[in-house]
Amino acid sequence: MSPFDAVIPDTMPAGTWGGVAWSAARDLKLALRSKAELGVLLLFYVIVVTLFPLGVGPEPALLRALGPGVLWVAALLTSLLSLPRIFAADFGDGTLEQIALSPFPLPALISGKIGAHWASTGLPLAVASPILGLQFGLRGDELSVLALALLLGTPTLSLLGAVGAALTLGVRAGGGLLALLVLPLYVPILIFGAGAVEAVCVGLSAAPQLSLLGAGLLAAAVGAPMAAAAAVRIALD
Amino acid sequence: MLEAQHLAAQRGGVPLFKDIAFALNRGEALVVTGANGSGKTTLLRMVAGLTLPSAGTLGWSGASVAPFDATLRAMTLYIGHAVALKDELTAEENVVSLATLHGAAVDMASAGAALTHWALERQRRLPARVLSQGQRRRVGLARLRLVRRPLWVLDEPTTALDSAGIAILHGVLKSHLAQGGMAVIATHQELALPASAQRALSLQ
Repeated sequence: MSPFDAVIPDTMPAGTWGGVAWSAARDLKLALRSKAELGVLLLFYVIVVTLFPLGVGPEPALLRALGPGVLWVAALLTSLLSLPRIFAADFGDGTLEQIALSPFPLPALISGKIGAHWASTGLPLAVASPILGLQFGLRGDELSVLALALLLGTPTLSLLGAVGAALTLGVRAGGGLLALLVLPLYVPILIFGAGAVEAVCVGLSAAPQLSLLGAGLLAAAVGAPMAAAAAVRIALD
Repeated sequence: MLEAQHLAAQRGGVPLFKDIAFALNRGEALVVTGANGSGKTTLLRMVAGLTLPSAGTLGWSGASVAPFDATLRAMTLYIGHAVALKDELTAEENVVSLATLHGAAVDMASAGAALTHWALERQRRLPARVLSQGQRRRVGLARLRLVRRPLWVLDEPTTALDSAGIAILHGVLKSHLAQGGMAVIATHQELALPASAQRALSLQ
């Protein structure tokens, strides 16, 4: 009798959450060991946001009107810049093959990667945004809604972006194509995200916009990992 | 156990091979040889379930299996050209990380023991970035002993290995086959395996 007889029956010992935990823990560990890369992304966000007050002048009314849009557009660009980090390195060094062949479900592993991507890019950006919002003359309530909207919106950016990043794996000039694929998908998040802050600025409730951002996040959290998994399998074939 | 019938492949519209058939039983290794570009890697990726054959079927104990099939993923351990190491992680962490990804419960101690078997005891706490090509290959192969899979699919495992490394690989392969395991190996090197345990497949 071969010792492998015992191995063969329990075909799938590994569960969904095990897969999410494995890839989230590994990607966060890798992100923490290359902190410089994360610092560059956050600095990019800070610089893009800071360029606007310098460019359009210190007119308070104008800055308040521009502020929410500028903070959100900068967030979209930072997210776009960071997207290749999700899959490109793993694709290059052969790890993505191992991930696709793992007994853990592929969408679960990809969910973990997206979670780690958000925690290392979207989360710091949302945390830093209230300080940057001060440059545009935004005040207490507006700043907290800005941070809240970014907390709800940036995970959706990572989720949708992951699908685009997976689709452009191994494609020449993938970066430009990625922008063309992903930026149109980001438009609703931009509209509701900036809209939430603008609503508070004119004294309305931000609840409808925030609810829509939350709904978008839930829909993307269900659909995007599946779509990204299918795209990864195509890229590996 | 593992059977292939009428396998065919094409890459970029050019046919690579067709009508490949083989059967592999417990304790046997299929040694795939052939010139550069003859489709060895493609055949191995098919067996591992990464690539869809353009014709033909792959079967496991009589039941046909599709790419990314759960059965296939639970049976095979594929180690390709790229060794899948992360430069930022140490040799030990790389082994633990990859073995865990394959569903094996592995701690630092057993990863260290596997690396010691591959004569990498002194390098186990070094980041993979500073290892040589041969040492990286050894770290990649170290998980063979930790992840218990009946079928090993190895794409040119001897690349960058020195003669001592190749001897270790032969030892690991022999004990795998002796335990009733199977292997599909693409190689340009003669493998020192018992003739009774080897099936040869030459791609034109």
